[in-house]
Amino acid sequence: MAFTMQEQVVVRCRDLRKTYEGKVEAVRGLDLTIYAGQCYGLLGPNGAGKTTTIEILEGLLAATSGTVEILGHTWRDHAPQLRESIGVSLQETRLAEKLTVRETLELFGGFYHHARPVADVIEELSLTEKADAWVGKLSGGQKQRLAIATALVGNPRILFLDEPTTGLDPQSRRQVWDIVRRFQSEGGTVLLTTHYMDEAERLCDYISIVDHGQVIAAGTPPELISGVGGQHCVEFALDPAPPNASDLWRTLPGVGSAQANDGITTLTVEEPHRTIPALLALVEQNHWRLSQLTTRQSSLEDVFVHLTGRHLREE
Amino acid sequence: MTTEPTTTARPIVVHGRWTGYRMLLLARLRELFREPEVIFWIFLFPILLALGLGVAFRNKPPEATRVVIAVQPGSEHIAELLRRGDAKSLKVELQPPAQAAQNFRLGKFDLELLPQGDAVEYVYDPARPESVLARSIADSALQTAAGSRPAVATTSRVNSEPGSRYIDFLIPGLLGMNLMGSGMWGIGFALVEMRQRKLLKRYVATPMRRGDFLLALASSRLILMIVELILVLGFGIFAFHMKVLGSWAAIALVTCLGALTFAALGLLTASRAQKIETASGIMNVVMMPMWIFSGIFFSYERFPAAVIPVIRLLPLTALNDALRAIILEGSSLASQAAPLAVLTVWGALCFFFAVRFFRWT
Ligand SMILES: Nc1ncnc2c1ncn2[C@@H]1O[C@H](COP(=O)(O)OP(=O)(O)OP(=O)(O)O)[C@@H](O)[C@H]1O
Ligand SMILES: [Mg+2]
Repeated sequence: MAFTMQEQVVVRCRDLRKTYEGKVEAVRGLDLTIYAGQCYGLLGPNGAGKTTTIEILEGLLAATSGTVEILGHTWRDHAPQLRESIGVSLQETRLAEKLTVRETLELFGGFYHHARPVADVIEELSLTEKADAWVGKLSGGQKQRLAIATALVGNPRILFLDEPTTGLDPQSRRQVWDIVRRFQSEGGTVLLTTHYMDEAERLCDYISIVDHGQVIAAGTPPELISGVGGQHCVEFALDPAPPNASDLWRTLPGVGSAQANDGITTLTVEEPHRTIPALLALVEQNHWRLSQLTTRQSSLEDVFVHLTGRHLREE
Repeated sequence: MTTEPTTTARPIVVHGRWTGYRMLLLARLRELFREPEVIFWIFLFPILLALGLGVAFRNKPPEATRVVIAVQPGSEHIAELLRRGDAKSLKVELQPPAQAAQNFRLGKFDLELLPQGDAVEYVYDPARPESVLARSIADSALQTAAGSRPAVATTSRVNSEPGSRYIDFLIPGLLGMNLMGSGMWGIGFALVEMRQRKLLKRYVATPMRRGDFLLALASSRLILMIVELILVLGFGIFAFHMKVLGSWAAIALVTCLGALTFAALGLLTASRAQKIETASGIMNVVMMPMWIFSGIFFSYERFPAAVIPVIRLLPLTALNDALRAIILEGSSLASQAAPLAVLTVWGALCFFFAVRFFRWT
């Protein structure tokens, strides 16, 4: 792992629970340990409890029970110091529309005792062209970069980003990823939430998959993917589909797991070149008709489906 | 923490204790002045209102009293006597009886005279002040022309100096009304909007001092209100030749106190509201009694004597009273201790509860 040189715990929470108004159990017993220099991802579907968790860690929401330590301190005892050391971007903040980008950053920078020069942040986030434009006139991607800029202008050690790329186009998303990587390369620690598996896979060193307020799997992206039983996925559809064939598929060589979903069967395999010929032979032998056959790398999506039987993003 | 992570040294600026406050105030003022509606309601609206009302109720030169005489034997003689007795203020016409009666009824004449031989019958309407006046003018003109002499020697002198006119009464009232309206809307709307936008939550995620935030909000009101005071009073002075008898320092002080009190009231009404509609409903309910009772457009002394002590306890009444006493009568601050105390208590109580109930998220 990239951060082994310095195994310093920056964020730790134990058995975190949050029950809204005595009935909605948004978070139920969640543990996290984030090390210095890590980019830590909370991946989960809508309503999983990601925002609730991250806002508790940011000291904006009180937990129902459980402990939170940031940089070795608790919010109760060291709130002012902790505020100086973290940068936050909330899931939905609409900044004042009639201030310019520069004015907004001067305002946020002014709250911190030690801040970064506004001009530096503007340049780093490629907002130079828009520095004197009103916030209300920015595009979605520019607004999101400004939101991250307001978190970076306080020169934080930890950056909390709640769904930093939701709703952005691919190019804007990549720009956000670059910003995060740059912050990390300069020694910063990042906690971000997302429901994009590709984002978690590419950006994060360590991921907790959250569902119904609990961590259902955690690890580095390769660890998680190998946990599903294969680096590759073979997907095929048969016409007509034979009923209850899952057990049959598992007897094929090199198959880690088999899942059927909407008439499409997904096998996780280690070596596709061994499994596919066997599969084709089996189809031939039974006179089934193969209407579709694809192979691809396993992804976190497969991990989630494997664990829950559901897709991350229910369309 | 013991060891710092290996961070490439970034350039850093160090901010002092008050940088956050200064930036908040600056941001607030920028936002205000970039909002055309704000400019209209705070600066233009009171001046337009003063102009409109000032013109409508300006002290007009007295209009001629219009009198009609029904044509009958002897009416020419009556008309002649009237013209001789008071040629200036009476406008006399002769009309056939039916037409005269009709036109009086329609208000085209203030008084109808029916000659009856040597005598005259006045037809007037006691509910119309100008009609009552016309009767007494016509009567004294007739009597004088016919040779009667006054029993008591009397003289008259004109007195219509600035200070006693309606516009003089109105301008301090408008100032008070605007201090209330823009103070409450200005603070209330700004807060609820920021809460709705999750901007308040975003602010408390920074090391911003919450007290600084409220202080900046209040300071922005003060700056705005001093500008407004100068505009509204200046307008009264230049357009209506109003005379300010009290000291400007005292007026400014009372204005500031009023601005702060209503800012606190605005803060309280918006301390928990999540939606603009809720806040604006609450604010209307709070302001309505003061619009009616606090003597903006007419004196609250017209309400029944029993409720006047209660009216005097309303913050806007106290503000209007103090402003009028200082501006129009040249009273000292000390003499206004009672209304100023009412204002201060309102402001302090509202601020106390607002801070207790306040919701940042
Ligand atoms: N203020 C609140 N009051 C009551 N219930 C809430 C509140 N905020 C969130 N919840 C509930 O708690 C659960 C977790 O919500 P949360 O916002 O943490 O999910 P999330 O993982 O961030 O989802 P998303 O991906 O949609 O942002 C949801 O069922 C939500 O309805
Ligand atoms: Mg969320």
